Amino acid sequence: MVTTGELRRLMRHPGFARLGVVILLVVAWEISARFFLDRDFISPPSTVLTSFGELFGTPGVPSALWLTLYEIAIGFALSAIIGAAIGLAVGLNRLAHQSFMPIILLLYGLPQITILPIFVLVFGIGAASKIAFGVSHGMFPIMIAVAAGVQKIEPVYFDSARSMGASRWHLLRYVIFPHMIPSFFTGLRLGMSGVLLGVLLAELYVSTAGIGYFTSIFTQNFDATKLIGLVSVLAAIAIALNEVVRRVELRYARWRD
Amino acid sequence: MNGDGRKNAPHRLSSRLVQVAFLAIVLLAWFLATTRWGVSRILLPNPVNVWHQLIDIVASGAFIPDLRITLGELAGAFAISMSLGVTIGYLISRSRYLIRVFEPLLAAIYAIPIILFLPLYVLLLGLGPASKIALGATISFFPIVLSTIAGFGYVDRRLVTAARSMGANNIQMFRYVLLPAALPVVLAGLRLGFTVALLSVIASETIASFAGLGHHIVDLAENMDTARMFAYIVFVIAIVAFLNAVVSTIEGRARW
Repeated sequence: MVTTGELRRLMRHPGFARLGVVILLVVAWEISARFFLDRDFISPPSTVLTSFGELFGTPGVPSALWLTLYEIAIGFALSAIIGAAIGLAVGLNRLAHQSFMPIILLLYGLPQITILPIFVLVFGIGAASKIAFGVSHGMFPIMIAVAAGVQKIEPVYFDSARSMGASRWHLLRYVIFPHMIPSFFTGLRLGMSGVLLGVLLAELYVSTAGIGYFTSIFTQNFDATKLIGLVSVLAAIAIALNEVVRRVELRYARWRD
Repeated sequence: MNGDGRKNAPHRLSSRLVQVAFLAIVLLAWFLATTRWGVSRILLPNPVNVWHQLIDIVASGAFIPDLRITLGELAGAFAISMSLGVTIGYLISRSRYLIRVFEPLLAAIYAIPIILFLPLYVLLLGLGPASKIALGATISFFPIVLSTIAGFGYVDRRLVTAARSMGANNIQMFRYVLLPAALPVVLAGLRLGFTVALLSVIASETIASFAGLGHHIVDLAENMDTARMFAYIVFVIAIVAFLNAVVSTIEGRARW
């Protein structure tokens, strides 16, 4: 009878109920798709799972997924470099901060989806336009976080470092860099969401190549199984990447305190 | 404080000068690129042409059918996400246990780029407004439900206990304790939800549709009518900015 009490305590744990909710939703999806809804439009999760082999066997799908991962990686790296460089330049100089921060915030607030066709017009339908659109989404949060991070450094740190004979390189390495790290990683987390959004928007927009080609082909053929499979794989990639940068942020954002 | 302000004044003036100079250089470079440096007209139209096209778009009223469709989709999407988000959020917020069950789940889904579901919605609901409404409603549901939970779920316990001990009934509790405490947070979530719904509606029009502001930009791009496309983009950005400003004003009013 001890086990009943333990079981009850376990069932009362929120994580248990959360898992229950997810299982319930998946079972409801399975039952409704299997018995009530049109197979052309929706596919039960069991069929999606068992058809992953078929999805990855479709010529072009694995390479389109790899290409998307590559675009996200390059877009993220470029966002980090550009964001950190401009963030430092704007954050460390008072005049630059007052002049350019309003412009950066204004650009960040623009509805960038409206200029997606320009990116495709200029960079073509290949990887370049998707990387560029990812960077245009990802660099602003990093820029803003880095600028905010280094702007708050107490001037006394600079003064005392200089009075101890620190060179410009020393200032950068031992004063600015340690103060930049926590906000930089916060920026990286936000930047990753931006890059994912930008790359996936551009991928879906271009329907003649890459992921967008397959989503439109599967939609036109009413191939719900493959479409749901492809979308799930992309969602899993997004969740995994978000989780990685979140963990890294948790680890490095705390090191000062 | 005063001394600091005086010290800042010359900085403020020079930063304005830098901003004006920056804008002038960008415009000048744009103009020279199209007239002297031989950048293709298809990639970068002449700014003077863009200006004429912009005036033509506004004056001719040719934007009205597309604007009507986009606003209709936005209204549908926001009505759904607002009613569902606030209701579900409130119900969840009534119990600590439910908050602990559902809040992490909702936050986790919110972290996925939900635009990925657009192809599924297009398959289910077609290329018309229904898929845009569904996507806009899905994406904007999450900020609204999460802020409703945050608003109603984390009201200071002492306020609730004090009101109870003074004999407040459920209606009074809601009217005088919960609502005033939660309202600013819920309104902030609704404003964010509105912006997100607008952007997702335009995004889904851009990716797959027959009509709407986002679709019109794509149409102009596919016809290589770049000058008019630039003008139309400026026009759409102005509309988005205007709608956001209206919603922010309403939020500011409602708060007090």
